Amino acid sequence: MSLDTDQILRQIIADVLGLPRERVVEFDGATGLFGHLPELDSMSVAGLLTEMEDRLGFIIDDDEVDGELLETYGSLLAFARAKQG
Amino acid sequence: MIATWPCPGPDGGTASEYALVLEGAGEARVLIVPALFDEGNRLRRYTVETMRALQRLRIGSVVIDLPGSNESLTPLSCVSREDWTRAVSAAVAHFGATHALAIRGGALVCGGAGVPLLTYAPVAGAAILRQMVRMRVLSAREAGREEKAAELMAEGRTQGIVLAGYALGPALVRGLEGAEPCDGRTIAQADIGGPGLWLRAEAGEDAGQSAALAGLVAEECRS
Repeated sequence: MSLDTDQILRQIIADVLGLPRERVVEFDGATGLFGHLPELDSMSVAGLLTEMEDRLGFIIDDDEVDGELLETYGSLLAFARAKQG
Repeated sequence: MIATWPCPGPDGGTASEYALVLEGAGEARVLIVPALFDEGNRLRRYTVETMRALQRLRIGSVVIDLPGSNESLTPLSCVSREDWTRAVSAAVAHFGATHALAIRGGALVCGGAGVPLLTYAPVAGAAILRQMVRMRVLSAREAGREEKAAELMAEGRTQGIVLAGYALGPALVRGLEGAEPCDGRTIAQADIGGPGLWLRAEAGEDAGQSAALAGLVAEECRS
């Protein structure tokens, strides 16, 4: 069975930020990301977006990256699902 | 052991570059071509841990500085991808390497290695540049400036560009842009297990991953 977008996205966040799996599994739609996770700084945002492109199979335009995108886990997941169509 | 080696420079001369050498107990000696730019820094400890793991398997290894990287006195802005390819070729000859292990973007500059090549998690040049351009665009945006990736790349191709603190010359930008990893036996991160340590914002090491990578390299050396 292939992993769904939600599972892949949680895995990417755990891999890029070096967070324990247990912590990432507990994320819900309202979990704050940028500004809430000290591990997520502007450098790791670039890595996170590139890894999303590679593993989820789409290209993210720089114009699409704004404060809202990384506000919560829910907003990032909704973005990834919309990109996948 | 710290060593130096004569590396062909961009100006046609020879520069002395740094290498770290760990002796083995047999004939096999692996030349390690490190990951490029920031990934090279983040993977440095992991790379050296892998060398120690190889030594425990009686295999010698050498990790080199590519001109313009790490301790090198050559300005990065003067270096092209061809210079790095020549450097790898010269290092293989100087150290008598029997095999080469390229890490990540290191696989882009192994075309002249002339010995069996293993590529660990190889990555295309365009992907490396895209990530570095993105870092620059995002940090400019944080500072209230708007920069466009396409414009930055166009500038890089003609005048060179500073990305993530690295001053890349136009020849290097153009050389990396279309570069694909050289052919070799590929070791994927899935063969090692766990997340790739180049993804981490902070440098890290993982004894299990180093041992797994060293084991696969040793297998190749003995085959």
